[in-house]
Amino acid sequence: MFDIRPVETDYVRQRAAEFRAQVARRLDGSLTEDEFKPLRLMNGVYLQLHAYMLRVAIPYGTISPDQMRTLALLAEKWDKGYGHWTTRQNIQFNWPKLVDIPDMLDALADVGMHAIQTSGNTIRNVTTDAFAGAAFDEAADPRPYAELLRSWSTDHAEFQFLPRKFKIAISGGKKDRAVIAAHDIGLRLTERDGKTGFEVWIGGGLGRTPLLGQVVRDFLPEEDLLPYVEAIIATYNLAGRRDNKYKARIKITVLERGLDVMRAEIEEEFLARRRDFHGADRDALAVFKDRFRAPSFRNAPVDGYEAERQANPAFRSWSDTNLHQHRVDGYASVVVTFKAPGQTPGDASADQMRLLADLAERYGHHDLRVMHDQNVALPHVHKSDLPALYAALREAGLATANAGLTSDIIACPGMDYCALATARSIPIAEEIADHFRTLGLEQEIGNLNIRISGCINACGHHHLGHIGILGLDRAGVENYQITLGGDAYDIPAIGERAGAGFPAEQVVPAIDRLLRAYLEVRQDPSERFIDAYRRLGQAPFKAALYPVAADA
Amino acid sequence: MSKAFTPTADRPGVITGNDLREGHNLWMCDGGWTPDPRRATLFEDEAIAELALLEAIGQPGVIVGPYLVEAKRGPDGPEPVHFREAFRQRGPSNYFHGIQADRRTAEAQKTESAHV
Repeated sequence: MFDIRPVETDYVRQRAAEFRAQVARRLDGSLTEDEFKPLRLMNGVYLQLHAYMLRVAIPYGTISPDQMRTLALLAEKWDKGYGHWTTRQNIQFNWPKLVDIPDMLDALADVGMHAIQTSGNTIRNVTTDAFAGAAFDEAADPRPYAELLRSWSTDHAEFQFLPRKFKIAISGGKKDRAVIAAHDIGLRLTERDGKTGFEVWIGGGLGRTPLLGQVVRDFLPEEDLLPYVEAIIATYNLAGRRDNKYKARIKITVLERGLDVMRAEIEEEFLARRRDFHGADRDALAVFKDRFRAPSFRNAPVDGYEAERQANPAFRSWSDTNLHQHRVDGYASVVVTFKAPGQTPGDASADQMRLLADLAERYGHHDLRVMHDQNVALPHVHKSDLPALYAALREAGLATANAGLTSDIIACPGMDYCALATARSIPIAEEIADHFRTLGLEQEIGNLNIRISGCINACGHHHLGHIGILGLDRAGVENYQITLGGDAYDIPAIGERAGAGFPAEQVVPAIDRLLRAYLEVRQDPSERFIDAYRRLGQAPFKAALYPVAADA
Repeated sequence: MSKAFTPTADRPGVITGNDLREGHNLWMCDGGWTPDPRRATLFEDEAIAELALLEAIGQPGVIVGPYLVEAKRGPDGPEPVHFREAFRQRGPSNYFHGIQADRRTAEAQKTESAHV
């Protein structure tokens, strides 16, 4: 469980007070919009299509029940009763008034939360596996390292004005659930000769130039984490391009200069910087490891769970789909999807947030995780509590049995909210989900990752979808490009564009043809869409998407 | 954000931006600002429009990021040309929030006061 150190609460209070003064100076005319904009962005405040937007940091997705209740308060008191989980494990509020945001930041500060570095060319929220500390396949719990990186990177004076934003992910499982290959820096916990360390990746990222990262160091001892990460970012800070926004991410620096050149410079910088770390980082790591110690797990029979599975087909279906294997016998990690029929992917109402907080206290060792796929996990639930938990979730419309299925779609806010978007994402996601639910094909199709972005910046990670959809503006009409074969998890891959885009009303029929073709060609139900795609290549799927062209 | 647009008689435009204090969308109307896009002033002359835009930029205590964007004449006032502006004038498609909801509230209040 994450406890809040008083000193940090003081710090975020001070930052909230600073922002209150900045807002006052903007309103009384002492600051121009050009002067104010970078200040508001440093505090996660954007101006979007209909309103301001406040993005609140949820460090590595880990959130306590009281913090979750505060998000509910923000949604209810200063927004329109809901918030939106993001693909960086944060939350966005779509309707705050600028004049209210200082009060919102004060309320967040009360529980040690803030919106610092959720925007701007700084080190953004460090993301990790939502099942950290719970997963059966974990080499080590990534959260102490994520917390070390968070506390080190917050207000790091040297890295407040990087060439571009900078994203770090850290993964502890054998299976990478933090998508480290698509990050500026990806850290994979591993062991060598009994020592814990990291495989270090750099240069991954999506956006207009999607690239998978490369391994710059195959083993970094854990005690060298901060000096090495600092060396990478310092090297990038000097070598990264500031002349062209679209070539400013580290992925382009690595691409243009080559991995070997970057590695040599990083290693040299690392040796110099390591001398300046005198052990405070290692002391902090020891504190964080203690802070993230495992809860006191119960040893109790699971007969009730098995009996309920036999008696209740709906519960069985949900527990087949929405549970993840826990490292402790008798426990499971629960995925609560925010992808119910008719629901906007990733939107949570204030009541739903409060219910999750209550359930985490009652059944989940006070622990909640915002997942990068816009769902929420309760990482530690004893199986004997699952029937009661399921019943409570179901009453609140939160027990949809669809984790990892067709309707569990990642979608950015798109042009329904975002000022950068070129087309809408949300209605496309809703239509696809409704279509396959109505047909009753979702269970038959099985595991499928559909991801939708409303512009080339790729917040919906469409390149990593088994099926990716990118919304564009083609001559004043919304148009959607489809990519196939992307994968965030097993074998990281960037999807390949299938062909010409589709107008909005033709997207669902196209996906329908595509998935019917998959059902035709798969060897058996265990062969997922992505497996069939890898086996057969793009041809049969492209033919399904473009039947006329294939006949011609 | 739309590219710089210059209105003409054939392709008129409106000036729009966001309310500084609250963030909602506003349209220039007789030198002031309205949340109702149908009441926006339709500019058909490049010079007059650019002057009005300068006037808007000169009101940083009211409006954020004002810009000129194409609009067309409609029976109830100016109408959007591009879908982005249509969404700005209506609100999101997933909830009945934003201008569509504000308009309904305003109309309901009007009906109510008419019945008093």
